[in-house]
Amino acid sequence: MKKNTKIIASLILAAALLGLLIFIDNSELKSSMLSTCLQKGAIYALVAVSMNLLNGFTGLFSLGQAGFMLIGAYTYAILTIPVASRASVYQYFDGGVVQFAIPVLPAILIAGLMAAVFAALIGLPVLKLKSDYLAIATLGFAEIIRAVIQWQQVAPLTNGSNMLRAFPTYSSILFPFIISGICIAAIILLIRSSYGRAFKAIREDEIAAEAMGINMFKHKMMSFVISSFFAGVGGALLAMFQSSVQAKGFTSAMTYEILLIVVIGGIGSITGSIIASFLFVSSMEWWLRFLDETQFIGDFEVPLLGTGFRMVVFSVVIMIIVLFWRRGIMGNKEFSWDGIFKFFKDPFGIVSKIKAKGAVKKNG
Amino acid sequence: MSNYVQLLLSGIAVGSLYALIAIGYTMVYGILRLINFAHGDMFMMAGFFLIYIAAIPNMPIWGALLLTIALTVLLGFLIERCAYKPLRSAPRMSVMISAIGVSYLLQNFATYFTGGLAQAYPAIPLISNKIEIFGVSTKLITVITPILTIILVVALVLFIKYTKIGMAMRAVSKDFETSQLMGIKINRVISMTFIIGSFLAAIGSIMYFSYYEQVSPTIGAMPGLKAFVAAVFGGIGSIPGAVIGAYLIGICENIIKSFPAIADLSNAFTFVLLIIILILKPNGLFGEKLSEKV
Repeated sequence: MKKNTKIIASLILAAALLGLLIFIDNSELKSSMLSTCLQKGAIYALVAVSMNLLNGFTGLFSLGQAGFMLIGAYTYAILTIPVASRASVYQYFDGGVVQFAIPVLPAILIAGLMAAVFAALIGLPVLKLKSDYLAIATLGFAEIIRAVIQWQQVAPLTNGSNMLRAFPTYSSILFPFIISGICIAAIILLIRSSYGRAFKAIREDEIAAEAMGINMFKHKMMSFVISSFFAGVGGALLAMFQSSVQAKGFTSAMTYEILLIVVIGGIGSITGSIIASFLFVSSMEWWLRFLDETQFIGDFEVPLLGTGFRMVVFSVVIMIIVLFWRRGIMGNKEFSWDGIFKFFKDPFGIVSKIKAKGAVKKNG
Repeated sequence: MSNYVQLLLSGIAVGSLYALIAIGYTMVYGILRLINFAHGDMFMMAGFFLIYIAAIPNMPIWGALLLTIALTVLLGFLIERCAYKPLRSAPRMSVMISAIGVSYLLQNFATYFTGGLAQAYPAIPLISNKIEIFGVSTKLITVITPILTIILVVALVLFIKYTKIGMAMRAVSKDFETSQLMGIKINRVISMTFIIGSFLAAIGSIMYFSYYEQVSPTIGAMPGLKAFVAAVFGGIGSIPGAVIGAYLIGICENIIKSFPAIADLSNAFTFVLLIIILILKPNGLFGEKLSEKV
């Protein structure tokens, strides 16, 4: 395909998606399951891509994503609850200590920065650790954050284990798409820069990368801090989406879900993570819902179906992907028009296989 | 005074339970270099097994206990065969992701099967009885747990030291490839490790839930993580290390819980300890020094 054709195709695709979103935003579909899945998918896509930057592109196996999202969500909520509502939100703590509110966009930015600051602090000691020790240390860090936020002594700031609510949310479903889109574009630019190449070098071989003159600690730290920044932004968006936020929801199970999205999409593929997060959210929230309700085929009641069965089927599917389809949807490749074109010419390599067989027969 | 005795007793009891779980982590890590994230959920599943088995009419309690242990061991064996064995030659991270997937599956399965609600644990006669020591009233289980744990740990250490399969385990944890070349049936050793780990998790689960009296689908995660911290603290791969780490965490946690101002932070303490130990002594108290080959 020519370069111009590709650009035109991309523009048409982007315009079609934008048109679809605007259409949904202005129709009664806005409160439908489709719209919920799209919004949550966009937010999860950002968080999954930020995790992919760390796990897939820098080779740092970190499990702290839920912790950074929690920091982002709480920072956003604490900074934006209108002063008038504070008395009712912080009803047990005399309206809390923060008695001002700032606009939405700066608050989202500060949410990201706050997560980044914590990442820099925790990164100093833990980034020296190797693979699974790093994983467990970051997982531990996320648990520490969750416990500290619910601590009674800081409750005038965080409202303890009570819910934070009444902060401004978005009115158009385009909002999470725009913020996520800008953030993901920034991550893509970063990965394509010389820093991104240094990250990949560290992923492939730490010792060789260091021998080539890459400052290992500086680059690991950079990847960790940037990834956490975007996780913080994602946390703020999630808070807006849910319109309330509570620390007990940000468990390690949330990190696991994001990790599974990254794995399904393909470790080291941005587009893979994006596609996978929409698939993941839609099948979890929507497509598999029917498994949770009793179904009849004619007079026959389908056995096993019931509340929670959806999640069992879902996790079995994930296990099958993890075990037998380790590359995920995209492997470490990115979406490209050439790839699509090739796929339709030769789906799953079937055509070339048939051709190859023919060739053998001819020779024989 | 009696307050301190109470704290120490419950600390030791909880520490013993962490120790039983931690051994499962440390043995698997020693051999496969895998953090078995599903281990805490095995512990939870063992809790539910007993609840459902004990509810069968005319089931004697000892029969229920034996059946619970047998089922947990079977589950551990099957998890290894289905989820870890196919990935033997895959990168280590894939196996870890698979372990996370298993943990996710077990939690979701338990939520589906039980309706997601916490369920009461059946009282086991004798060990749930109340007794009084040093003027403190407590359940008999608080005293039995440490004794049983010590007996099991000693038995395990002897098993690893003096039996043929124990020797094979030590060989495999020293050098995976070479021991394979020496004719050790690696899959049998790994299965055995999972069987022992699940067995101890089942015993730990019976003790733990007799103590806390409730099982819910996500209850395994926290004790699992803490037991893992204990294993790291003691030096991963070392059984005595894991036991000492577990007692330390159990006792400290109970002391922290006794101060109302910082009681909420008892979970955080464990992970602060983890980060400190990883910085100061990444190999843990009794861990072997591993050198990276270029």
